[in-house]
Amino acid sequence: MSTRLAKQGRLIDRSKQITFKFNGTTMRGFEGDTLASALMANDQMMMGRSFKYHRPRGVVASGAEEPNALVGLGEGARFEPNQRATTTELFEGLTSISQNHWPNLEFDVGAVNTALARFLPAGFYYKMFIHPQPFWKHVYEPIIRHSAGLGKAPDKETKDADTYEHFYAFADVLVVGGGVAGLQAAKAAAQSGAKVLLVEQTSHWGGRAPVDGGTIDGLAPDAWVEQTLTELKATDNVTIRTRTMGSGVYDHGYALAYERLTDHTPGAPGPRHRLWRIRAKQIVTATGAIERPLSFAGNDVPGVMLASAMRDYVVNWGVTPGQRVIVATNNDDAYRTAISLKKAGVDVLRVIDARTSGGGALADEARSLGIRVDPGKAIAKVKGGKRVKKVAICNQDGIGGAREEVACDAIAMSGGWSPVVHLWSHCGGKLIWDDALAHFRPDPARPPLGADGNGFVVPAGAANGPVSLGDVLADAQTAGEAAANAAGFTPKTADAPKGVSELELPLEPVWLMPANADMPLRMKAWLDFQNDVKVSDVQLAAREGYESVEHTKRYTTLGMATDQGKLSNINGLATLANALGEDIPQVGTTTFRPPYTPISMGSIGGEARGEVFQPIRKTPVHEWNDANGADWEPVGHWRRPYAYVRPGEGVHDAVNREVKNARENLGLLDASTLGKIIVKGPDAGKFLDMMYTNMMSNLKPGKCRYGLMCSENGFLIDDGVVARMDDDTWLCHTTTGGAERIHGHMEEWMQTEWWDWNVYVANVTEQYAQIAVVGPNARKVLEKLGGMDVSDAAIPFMGWADGKIGDFDCRMFRISFSGELSCEIAVPASQGLAFWEALIEAGKEFGVMPYGTEALHILRAEKGFIMIGDETDGTIIPQDLGLNWAISKKKEDFLGKRAQQRSHMTDRNRWKLVGLETVDGSVLPDGAYAAGEGVNANGQRNVIGRVTSTYYSANLDRGIAMGLVLHGPDRMGEVIEFPGTDGKIYKAKIVDPVFYDKEGKKQNV
Amino acid sequence: MLTLHCPYCGVNADETELDAGGEAHIKRHGPGSDDNQFHDYLFTRENPKGVHLERWRHAAGCGKWFHAARCTATLEVFGTYPAQVYEPPQDIKDAISAKRPGWSWREFE
Ligand SMILES: [Zn+2]
Repeated sequence: MSTRLAKQGRLIDRSKQITFKFNGTTMRGFEGDTLASALMANDQMMMGRSFKYHRPRGVVASGAEEPNALVGLGEGARFEPNQRATTTELFEGLTSISQNHWPNLEFDVGAVNTALARFLPAGFYYKMFIHPQPFWKHVYEPIIRHSAGLGKAPDKETKDADTYEHFYAFADVLVVGGGVAGLQAAKAAAQSGAKVLLVEQTSHWGGRAPVDGGTIDGLAPDAWVEQTLTELKATDNVTIRTRTMGSGVYDHGYALAYERLTDHTPGAPGPRHRLWRIRAKQIVTATGAIERPLSFAGNDVPGVMLASAMRDYVVNWGVTPGQRVIVATNNDDAYRTAISLKKAGVDVLRVIDARTSGGGALADEARSLGIRVDPGKAIAKVKGGKRVKKVAICNQDGIGGAREEVACDAIAMSGGWSPVVHLWSHCGGKLIWDDALAHFRPDPARPPLGADGNGFVVPAGAANGPVSLGDVLADAQTAGEAAANAAGFTPKTADAPKGVSELELPLEPVWLMPANADMPLRMKAWLDFQNDVKVSDVQLAAREGYESVEHTKRYTTLGMATDQGKLSNINGLATLANALGEDIPQVGTTTFRPPYTPISMGSIGGEARGEVFQPIRKTPVHEWNDANGADWEPVGHWRRPYAYVRPGEGVHDAVNREVKNARENLGLLDASTLGKIIVKGPDAGKFLDMMYTNMMSNLKPGKCRYGLMCSENGFLIDDGVVARMDDDTWLCHTTTGGAERIHGHMEEWMQTEWWDWNVYVANVTEQYAQIAVVGPNARKVLEKLGGMDVSDAAIPFMGWADGKIGDFDCRMFRISFSGELSCEIAVPASQGLAFWEALIEAGKEFGVMPYGTEALHILRAEKGFIMIGDETDGTIIPQDLGLNWAISKKKEDFLGKRAQQRSHMTDRNRWKLVGLETVDGSVLPDGAYAAGEGVNANGQRNVIGRVTSTYYSANLDRGIAMGLVLHGPDRMGEVIEFPGTDGKIYKAKIVDPVFYDKEGKKQNV
Repeated sequence: MLTLHCPYCGVNADETELDAGGEAHIKRHGPGSDDNQFHDYLFTRENPKGVHLERWRHAAGCGKWFHAARCTATLEVFGTYPAQVYEPPQDIKDAISAKRPGWSWREFE
């Protein structure tokens, strides 16, 4: 059984007991425990089940690399799945549940998948795609549905109770990792005067050194860490942070760090997570190394653990995973575990050392403590289901025969160490294979490069390959100085602190235990514990032709678990390399991608949630609109009233009322969102002639002209009315959504093509409120307010003038998007609301009603006016819409002119705009396609047109629509069919798109 | 997340402040050009692994368009320069040559 030891536990405070829950059972731990150490102290070794076979899973590691011990943490608005028990600090009241099982952790129906293992081989997901549909429906889908998903998604109606934030930071040197290497590198860099930021993912400093022992400058590692921390804290140019993981390294020294502020004190004030967005001149990766598992049969049974993790649990948390332990290793370091356990009073039955030569000084120390060491031996198989019961021991050099069985309840395994090269690799740092240590380490000749072409990441300590304490500290000193130097500082060269640890003999790579294990053993030797990928799966993939490591990863799902292959990576590569008969460096690694370990979605979002997710643009009339029944519609970042709904009225009733009233009495439209761009300068006319398809340079001051804008590809991108202010000034109106885009479009051509033309562009959209006064009574209300002469003689249709209406300084444009008598009146934005309210008040006797965007759409559709985004979709040219009249034939050039001469653009089979009138007066479905004769190459009905705008017109009391139809203008009167998604066939007659006041008399009075 | 120096306002701008504008030094072909010229102008672009000349706009800054000479493989930036030129200035060419002797890009080298 796993239990708390009477002594040991450097990180726990035995005077502070903590109560927590796991699967509803109340348990006790101490302050300083992780959830994993506390569960083990309560003899809860099994913490979850695997993804595919639902096999029992116990904790295997002690840190961020843990693949198995994933739990659902918290409740309600603070529930979160897939949290690693090994990195979850225990707190009072913590609740956790295990995952991937039904009905419970101890008894799981899905574990039957294990029995079906031969039906779920490598590449299962790929292979099943080639089967016919019935197989899918009746065989695969029920199985997959049951096993799919890791953990439980939080309830979709529940909102995260916590807050998150982003934090921008700049550093000369960012040091990632607070082990002894990180501390020393930070110190060395800081001595140059460089601004240093040091981050450590756990809540404590010093990394592995205090557990692994040795001395630094004659001090115990713990004491040296304390001393160095004190120095760093007293250094002004150093910032240090615990619980902050260096998550990713990106282009040009950009880095993300993920700070977990209140995970250990839920509900405490302030943000839960903080995402540090860092720009560093240099980044030191002192990220340490991760121990590799050994691949032997049954290495996934709860109770089998990394040797270093077992040592951590004993030394840091005073917990032992078992009472009778066997250590399996191919290196000297694992003897430290045997020694630690023995000294803590745990029975260490023997060390199984795959090396025939056995170990060095540490092995001697183990023997002197009375521990039996078996060189040249291997674990053939672990027996036990939910817990290790015994092991079968054989020779390493063999197929696994002649076994000796030994009863035990925990196994510590060590296959050597792999430097954590993730951050080095994120932005292109390359690796080299170190034969002696059997691992990939950073290639100093090929670092990730910054903007200046020089490397900006410096690996330090175990992350760079060195193993012994002395080498680690010397490397860290060098790295810290190098980083400071590269960041433009002059390092004070100093001797590294002297680290002393036992001399270790070389390891011997062991990729399979025993070396020639037979098939039944290989089928039980796990590489990826979470995703259930075994040695046999990778070998199968190789036999099936998967030579690329990236393909094999996806085919077998090796390394695709939430630990992202931290444990399985190298063993998997080695297995693949052996199966392919190649060397490991030739096979290479899969790509390391950020984040190093998963970070919360909340931290990525930061403050951007709810109301501040995206600021809303508001017109000066917004609050009035809101108070007067506005049914809001998002238009770009604006909110515009779709309609003004009165009490007791439906939205569509409101729209119909507004549409009729604008034609019969007086409508007001808040048109402030329309883009307003001033183009000014001696060459402004010439410039606008390039921007618009029609001529703008010959527009007279005081006059307005409707204009079309095309991209250089010929496609229509915007439209609007242009007014000439004076000799060298034009005001261009754009669509609501187009203001910023068109302003940018003009700037681009002005700056990058015609930069020698004397012209300037300014976007003044928000400087003005603009109100359309529409309807037969429009002039009456303006005359009542008094001021400028608004007669047709003074300001005729398509004219404009500056003046006063009442007390308001204004600019009045006689333009109409409704076909009615219409004045669009611009006032300074600050006067917008007052002017609007004055119009509402004065308009009462004339039947004034504000109208929204839907009424605007219907009014323009009744008149056959096109709308950018309805009639256009980025593939439409003005000629398609019958707008040839707005394309100048006199101009030699304008944007889009040449493109519109291309053969496809002049094809007479391009669909053209027509009006559509349903035979029965109903409303055509939006976007419906017209069906033609015959079928296309895919056996689908040919289509001959589509609906672009469709509305119910209250004024005409029938459905009206516009659409693009093959040879449409030549087919007036013809009835075509639109099959609806509702199964009905809608019949519509092709008609002129102008449904109302064809002569245009009403706007011109 | 590149940083590029804006030659107008002098800011070392983070990529979040910048809009990418594709290839630089494209000669416009308008009315009168033949179909092939016009097609190449609209659609044919360089896609080098190595030296590239690009257009960028300091969109969330001073609003100016500028050009960057950059290595697409290593992300090294050789220099940035105003967009109002028909070819990279000599100092930019020299900076590229110093790091990538024998480079060429379209008609420039
Ligand atoms: Zn700038």
